[in-house]
Amino acid sequence: MTNSQLTPGVVPGRLPATAYREHFADKDPVFDRHEAQVAADRCYFCHDAPCMTACPTSIDIPLFIRQISTGTPEAAAVTIWSQNILGGMCARVCPTEQLCEEVCVREVAEGKPVEIGRLQRYATDTLMAKGVHPFARAARTGKTVAVVGAGPAGLAASHRLAMHGHDVTIYDARQKAGGLNEYGIAAYKAPDDFAQAEIDWLMKIGGITVKTGKSLGRDISLDDLRKAHDAVFLGIGLAGVNALRAEGEDKAMVRDAVDFIAELRQAADKSTLPIGRDVVVIGGGMTAVDAAVQSKLLGAENVTIVYRRTQDKMSASTYEQEHAASKGVRIITGAAPLRVHGDGAVREIEFAYTIEGQDGLALSAETFVLRADQVFKAIGQTLEGQPDGLKLEGRKIAVTGAGRTSLPGVWAGGDCAAGGNDLTVTAVAEGRDAAEDIHASLMAGA
Amino acid sequence: MADLTSNFIGIKSPNPFWLASAPPTDKEYNVRRAFEAGWGGVVWKTLGSEGPPIVNVSGPRYGAIWGSDRRLMGLNNIELITDRPLEVNLREIKSVKRDYPDRALVISLMVPCDEESWKDILKRIEDTEADGVELNFGCPHGMAERGMGSAVGQVPEYIEMVTRWVKQYSRMPCIVKLTPNVTSILPPAMAAKRGGADAVSLINTVKSITNVDLDAFSPFPTIDGKGSHGGYCGPAVKPIALNMVAEIARHHETRGLPISGIGGVTTWRDAAEFMALGSGNVQVCTAAMTYGFKVVQEMISGLSQYLDEKEMALSDLVGRAVPNFVEWQDLNLNYVTKARIDQDACIKCGRCYAACEDTSHQAIAMKPGRVFEVKDDECVACNLCVNVCPVENCITMETLPLGALDERTGRRVEPYANWTTHPNNPMAVKAAE
Ligand SMILES: Cc1cc2nc3c(=O)[nH]c(=O)nc-3n(C[C@H](O)[C@H](O)[C@H](O)COP(=O)(O)OP(=O)(O)OC[C@H]3O[C@@H](n4cnc5c(N)ncnc54)[C@H](O)[C@@H]3O)c2cc1C
Ligand SMILES: Cc1cc2nc3c(=O)[nH]c(=O)nc-3n(C[C@H](O)[C@H](O)[C@H](O)COP(=O)(O)O)c2cc1C
Ligand code: SF4
Repeated sequence: MTNSQLTPGVVPGRLPATAYREHFADKDPVFDRHEAQVAADRCYFCHDAPCMTACPTSIDIPLFIRQISTGTPEAAAVTIWSQNILGGMCARVCPTEQLCEEVCVREVAEGKPVEIGRLQRYATDTLMAKGVHPFARAARTGKTVAVVGAGPAGLAASHRLAMHGHDVTIYDARQKAGGLNEYGIAAYKAPDDFAQAEIDWLMKIGGITVKTGKSLGRDISLDDLRKAHDAVFLGIGLAGVNALRAEGEDKAMVRDAVDFIAELRQAADKSTLPIGRDVVVIGGGMTAVDAAVQSKLLGAENVTIVYRRTQDKMSASTYEQEHAASKGVRIITGAAPLRVHGDGAVREIEFAYTIEGQDGLALSAETFVLRADQVFKAIGQTLEGQPDGLKLEGRKIAVTGAGRTSLPGVWAGGDCAAGGNDLTVTAVAEGRDAAEDIHASLMAGA
Repeated sequence: MADLTSNFIGIKSPNPFWLASAPPTDKEYNVRRAFEAGWGGVVWKTLGSEGPPIVNVSGPRYGAIWGSDRRLMGLNNIELITDRPLEVNLREIKSVKRDYPDRALVISLMVPCDEESWKDILKRIEDTEADGVELNFGCPHGMAERGMGSAVGQVPEYIEMVTRWVKQYSRMPCIVKLTPNVTSILPPAMAAKRGGADAVSLINTVKSITNVDLDAFSPFPTIDGKGSHGGYCGPAVKPIALNMVAEIARHHETRGLPISGIGGVTTWRDAAEFMALGSGNVQVCTAAMTYGFKVVQEMISGLSQYLDEKEMALSDLVGRAVPNFVEWQDLNLNYVTKARIDQDACIKCGRCYAACEDTSHQAIAMKPGRVFEVKDDECVACNLCVNVCPVENCITMETLPLGALDERTGRRVEPYANWTTHPNNPMAVKAAE
């Protein structure tokens, strides 16, 4: 193929073959033993450590780092997984700069935190590489639980339930388990099919059956699940997307960023993926940054993120924004899309600058136009396909305590449940805690 | 998970990690929290005689030395034995032991060197249900000036005499805690054994001054312009403690005498080393004082992982390295190794070069591109380069097989032979004609 970065339109193969391999390789490769030792030595083993409080799953970080520094990363992995069974994925995808590492006393003192995420990966990778699954199932209880959604929330809940001896059946609408671990996370954060490897490892606990291609609402109903099982956990994430509400948004080559990313994640050969020469991404979160960065990595010449509010309001962290900038992505803030121009497919997109007033955001008369042969919408995902009869809070499933919904015997957690912050690690924490609550209530009745 | 259950002279504990008699075991509040954190046992902070309690200074009582990153390497203290009333301690000991029957609780004692004092204190502690007593013949400061602590531990006859009294007036297992402030640890250990001790524990702290205040011209910790020597402990004293433990473990007169190893135990690895050199269990003070009670969790996970990997029981570890602790004259002088630098692991700092070129045997070549290579014809295998290299396992010592050529001496590697038969030794034992 003879396409280059300058080829007009939306085409594949803009880069030499070797570039794809390089671009989608591990962003922060695993530490070797020496690096891990040096990094671990910096930990002060703080009392009541702030990092531990900041971690939504409350991993005992000082303890696991001490275990690494004394030459037992295997024991460190057990410490991590006892709190967070997807500690391997979290080590790769957690925005640590907003979580544990942000509050590390060395970040506060020197601006250089202990590299907790990478140490966590070193430990979990070490024991996973040995094929060891260090947890065993309790005696079977005879109780069964249905888990809907095989994302981080559903997987964490399932593992904990199985460990307590319950039999778990997971139903997921997609063809593969993993949720956004498999279909959403940026490719360079979890390369080499890590999501599936981690699931295979997690399933070693036993007692979990996964049924993919089964959609709640289409193939199964909540009523049937409640009849057939002793409890139900919903971890269905956010399957819908917000509409842009700009004129012409139905033109060709205007699409949801999450679909683009899912396709990219599933493509074994990234050079076959068509990408525009001028790509515009609308939004200000992690999805917008990931879509923009990966567009650039696929060879787009110009990639621009346009966000309607001020930069400090972007939900993508400063670290993520800087990462995007380092890849050559341009970020424009304080502008909202007015209309999409083009004959069939998008050609350019018109924006108005916004004014942040007392009663919200208003459009100013000042406009500008960006050339675009591809537009990605990343303005937020929404709950979709939730069963009837569940009380909602805002646009998510209302929960009290450890994920109890308004229906008896039905729990929910992860992105689909109210509260939380739409992070993988939070989904894991909520799934785990709901599982403990389910376990307690099933055993109380036993 | 390996079984870490420990039985030390009949005293059972869920793991071999005990807290040494010191501030961490000073009172009920601490000891309960220590047990909650996972410690297998404690030796209660040393009790004195009935009467007005001991008085401590109210200025600083610690001095310290630090490694890089201000990691605490050595701690020195001028604290005395417990300064709380005897009855309060006894009541608390009883209450803790009742609630934690599975943990070891040993009472440390230090009273004046006369039979009545010892008889009296042993009677008073009788109904605490404690598992044993430890005789503090170790404190090198304060109490020693009053004829107790290391003042007893430095005179083998006193050790033997007091131990005998304790065995006569009490049925409890008796551990004698030794001071390292002696030229040889063997006479005190032998005396304890003669007196009937069930075990010895060592080391207590080493007499020390950690630093001097260069404005006040006083040793530190400075109390109103003056300083006194203290007792030194922490990672820095571990090598001293290990050697003393090992000497007792291998000497034909003391071999088999149970040992509770103390001195700088900070990680599972330190504990395993003490046990390999003959300690039945270990006691910890400074590591807990530096990092809090939670450190024991790493010791537990680390030791059990190690035992699992070695497929060894805890009891197999105890004393495992003792037969290999020999005199210098028994070392194989025909054993030849050479340093090897792993070029992939090398970070090109050049420290090995500086060390060998300036202070050893000029056996490392620095080549273009900062490539460092060992010259086999110069390397005497001292392993200084290994020790100064910041990257673990980057430089290793390779053993030359029998018959291989040692390029430095031009000779082939021969079978075992030591100094006792070496031709350069004027006292060499001649092989029978
Ligand atoms: C592009 C993108 C990048 C992200 N990057 C990061 C990151 O770097 N770090 C981070 O911490 N977080 C990141 N997140 C957020 C993170 O992925 C989510 O918070 C997390 O995956 C939520 O887990 P979950 O289990 O609640 O939902 P999901 O991971 O969304 O899983 C839900 C599962 O439910 C299934 N499902 C949905 N509806 C039904 C139905 N009706 N019937 C059956 N099954 C159904 C879905 O197929 C899916 O498998 C990112 C999100 C996106 C979109
Ligand atoms: C502040 C302080 C007080 C101590 N008090 C006692 C004591 O009362 N009785 C005793 O037997 N040892 C006492 N020790 C010595 C410890 O029990 C232990 O033998 C020594 O600290 C070495 O162990 P470590 O290196 O783990 O600290 C004390 C140590 C410290 C630091
Ligand atoms: S540790 Fe600090 S606060 Fe606590 S008693 Fe000592 S000097 Fe006081």
